[in-house]
Amino acid sequence: MGGSMKAPEKEILGTKMNHRHRPKITALVVDDNMVIRAIHHRLLKDLGIENQVAVNGKEAVDVHSSGQYFDLILMDMDMPVMNGIEATRKLRAMGIHSTIAGVSSRSLEREKQEFMEAGLDDYHEKPLTADKIVSILHKISNHSG
Amino acid sequence: MDVVSQLQKQFIDFSSSLYREGYVDDQFSQLHKLQDESSPDFVVEVASLFFDDAEKLINSMARALEQPCVDFKQVDSHVHQLKGSSSSIGALRVKNVCIAFRSFCDAQNREGCMRCLQQVSHEYTMLKSKLQTLFRMEQQILAAGGSVPLE
Repeated sequence: MGGSMKAPEKEILGTKMNHRHRPKITALVVDDNMVIRAIHHRLLKDLGIENQVAVNGKEAVDVHSSGQYFDLILMDMDMPVMNGIEATRKLRAMGIHSTIAGVSSRSLEREKQEFMEAGLDDYHEKPLTADKIVSILHKISNHSG
Repeated sequence: MDVVSQLQKQFIDFSSSLYREGYVDDQFSQLHKLQDESSPDFVVEVASLFFDDAEKLINSMARALEQPCVDFKQVDSHVHQLKGSSSSIGALRVKNVCIAFRSFCDAQNREGCMRCLQQVSHEYTMLKSKLQTLFRMEQQILAAGGSVPLE
């Protein structure tokens, strides 16, 4: 996360931020753990990404049902009420094309596979770092061309 | 050596010992990189969130394990949460106990779980004490007019 990380981050963000008519990248952090929400919120903010938080999958779905849209969704797997797999499926079924990156501390391949098949664009094991977020951001900039 | 230099040296030695003894790992130093003028207390704030979260979870694990018929899935769920938050803050020893704890939950081994509960409670208490000492040392350096050495 030192000085060497700033150049690629700004290059990615610059394609969105320097263009006057294009808004900043927005993100939604979906995690039931408040420590992790605080860290991921700060990580994203530090990279210049406006972001909100949701405490479970249902809140993530509801915020989209209310009409909000995010370029990036960081989706935890294990959450009460509605987990990340179900929330991802629901969001894709709603036609949400945001970049969804699954974030979990689970390491079994079959668990990761099930999460990916729900509609993820990317998957990372916790803890997230600035390096991992930058690699996720590359996918957003690739999507937007 | 002036007072500030002395305090800074003590801080560096103490901080190094936390990494050397495995209380914290690189993730803890990553948190410091998120601290700046706009959020000068970020690490302390996140640590406080972790302390609250960990205490609630450890209490919940204890209550669940006291039940005549233990719900190991419930215990595992609390341990999984603690593993996640300890990993994110860089609390290495706590995280490692959680990994072992989950194996005992999977095996529905109550005695193993009880031992892990004691261990995780001990490791958490030690970590909290160490981090509070670290944060106090930072405050002492700042109060003496110095700057906190970067990790």
